[in-house]
Amino acid sequence: MEKVVIKKSPYNVKKARIIDIKQLTEKEKLFRVILEDNSWLDYEPGQFIMVSLMGIGEIPISICSSPLNRDYFEICVRAVGKVTESMHRLNVGEIIGIRGPYGKGFPIRMIEAHDLLIIAGGLGLAPLRSLILYAIDNRRDFGEIHILFGCKTPEELLFSDEIEEWGRRLDLHFACTVDRADPDWKGNIGLITSLIPGVDIDPIRTYAAVVGPPIMYKFVIKELLAKGLPVDQILLSFERHMKCGMGKCGRCQIQNLYCCKDGPVFTFKEIMDMAEAL
Amino acid sequence: MKTEQYRIIEKSSFNDFINSLIASQKVIGPVYKGFNNYTFEEIKSAQEMSLNYIPTIIPPKKYFMPQKETILEFDTKETLHVEPVSEYEELILFGVHTCDIAGLRCLNVVLSDEPKDISYLIRKRYITIIGLECNAYCDEYASCSFVGAHVPTTGYDLMFTDLGDYFIVHIHSSKGMDIVKQANIFKPADNYDFEALKALREKKDRIFNNEVPTERRYLPDLIDRSWNASVWKELEQKCLGCGNCTSVCPTCYCFDIKEDVDFTLKAGQRYRVWFSCQLDPFAKVAGGIDFRRERSARQRHRFYRKFRYHIDRYGMFFCTGCGRCSRTCMAKINLKEVLTALIKESETKIWRKWL
Ligand SMILES: Cc1cc2nc3c(=O)[nH]c(=O)nc-3n(C[C@H](O)[C@H](O)[C@H](O)COP(=O)(O)OP(=O)(O)OC[C@H]3O[C@@H](n4cnc5c(N)ncnc54)[C@H](O)[C@@H]3O)c2cc1C
Ligand code: SF4
Ligand code: SF4
Ligand code: FES
Repeated sequence: MEKVVIKKSPYNVKKARIIDIKQLTEKEKLFRVILEDNSWLDYEPGQFIMVSLMGIGEIPISICSSPLNRDYFEICVRAVGKVTESMHRLNVGEIIGIRGPYGKGFPIRMIEAHDLLIIAGGLGLAPLRSLILYAIDNRRDFGEIHILFGCKTPEELLFSDEIEEWGRRLDLHFACTVDRADPDWKGNIGLITSLIPGVDIDPIRTYAAVVGPPIMYKFVIKELLAKGLPVDQILLSFERHMKCGMGKCGRCQIQNLYCCKDGPVFTFKEIMDMAEAL
Repeated sequence: MKTEQYRIIEKSSFNDFINSLIASQKVIGPVYKGFNNYTFEEIKSAQEMSLNYIPTIIPPKKYFMPQKETILEFDTKETLHVEPVSEYEELILFGVHTCDIAGLRCLNVVLSDEPKDISYLIRKRYITIIGLECNAYCDEYASCSFVGAHVPTTGYDLMFTDLGDYFIVHIHSSKGMDIVKQANIFKPADNYDFEALKALREKKDRIFNNEVPTERRYLPDLIDRSWNASVWKELEQKCLGCGNCTSVCPTCYCFDIKEDVDFTLKAGQRYRVWFSCQLDPFAKVAGGIDFRRERSARQRHRFYRKFRYHIDRYGMFFCTGCGRCSRTCMAKINLKEVLTALIKESETKIWRKWL
């Protein structure tokens, strides 16, 4: 058996250095990262990267910063298992491996010049933050912007500083809700679906971008259809187990689509007839 | 048919030919292992090979996409050091049946699709494929003619067809031509040989008949209409979820990625290993949600993947009719029977619609 080094292997990783870490909630940390060779990661909102901790494993994580930021990129990681918990033990200055970006993100060219309705459930805010920051950076290219964010409890609210700022901005509409409140909570209580009927949108001019836990989609889509949104203007990002990130390993297959390559962002139209999608 | 691409070799010279190949390179061929089981393995002399064999337990995909394959080596002692590696070996695969060549074509379209799987492409370059045409069915499990994999088309360097006392050999690549030239025991084929080959193929057309009661072109449509078929529910009761059917399939390529570290916990390898959509953790995501929890859904996924999904993506069936899945299944789930049952079920449904 001969062995050769192939730098061009699709599984090769680039070295990336953590330059800042912020504890967002008990379970989530935000990592600010730069590539070791100082090159810049060219990505679109909604795309993901494969993050490696050598010896521990490799996982898909959405990029959550604005793609227009050329100084660094950010990922928000919830500690749920082997790799993510190990990531939470990393310090500033340490090196991780990354490959990507992968997948089809939000179709920015199509969304531009439309109104935008963003619906985030829990950690779903991470990939959507990239879109939100992009839209804010290019504010004049979008119409009305509505952001709805739902979480289980107030302690789980991600990016709380930013959310506060979004709430104060005059050029966007922001609403937030929790399933279970504590005595200090002054906002809405209830599922995210309860916020949708109240938003004032022109459905024909609006693109909705939805990311959240699997259970959320069916209910949110129902509300959006009731609002009159066309099926090809509802954008959904799906989560499936992923190993290769490039349409080979079969793990993320949803019928004849690969979530990693054909998605993770799909229009509702693309998947509405697929029994295994939702 | 380009007549200058054909040669003949007498059976009396066959062993000399194989032994001359062995003298210059590693040769892999079908070897009998007892109890009607065969494997592809290295042979040291022509006599070790069984040319009259039914599909080997594991198809030759194991040489193109090894069951376990290192993709990265790393070392984190001082700073992170990562080296993507690829392992390959120069090989001649001798005696590959047309169904297995069709299987390799399936791997090929997937792994050379962007982004290209470079390790696979390197390995492929170093492997010479010498085919061996079947003149009769291997056994009752085969359905190669249904998917059109029973006659040679492409995907080999040389193809041997048994014409009685001799083989007629089709040269399909310059690599194949080099082997023929080097061996210096092949003779040009003449009209008599081409007539014999034609007669054999005509005879095959009569023996190899649609093993499933429909035509190939109707199958994708049929499968499309079978999402809710009761056949899947019946498989739910039978299937053990062992994943044997997918490990032996020449067109299955799904894998997992894992890693090992050495005793210093600082260095190790990341590798990929075959995995199966029939196994439990395959389609699980956060919160224990499993998009294919039921074995019926997993079996349906397997059949859709063979006969429907990859038609859209790659324009071909991902079943070569080799029969391995049926031969190996402990629950006696039989691919031809499942397809036949789907056809029956769909027929009754269509009838009902028209009545
Ligand atoms: C496209 C995509 C984008 C993602 N973006 C983010 C992100 O921005 N931030 C973030 O924190 N997480 C994200 N995830 C989820 C993240 O990949 C998983 O949490 C991670 O793989 C868990 O790895 P682990 O080794 O820590 O957990 P493991 O030890 O492997 O498993 C722990 C638990 O997590 C579940 N799990 C494992 N892998 C996945 C997976 N791929 N999807 C869902 N559940 C899984 C397991 O079923 C198990 O219950 C994303 C997933 C996908 C597919
Ligand atoms: S080999 Fe048979 S029992 Fe095992 S998973 Fe396949 S169909 Fe099920
Ligand atoms: S599905 Fe069965 S018959 Fe078809 S190629 Fe795979 S193992 Fe062979
Ligand atoms: S992650 Fe491997 S196919 Fe999508």
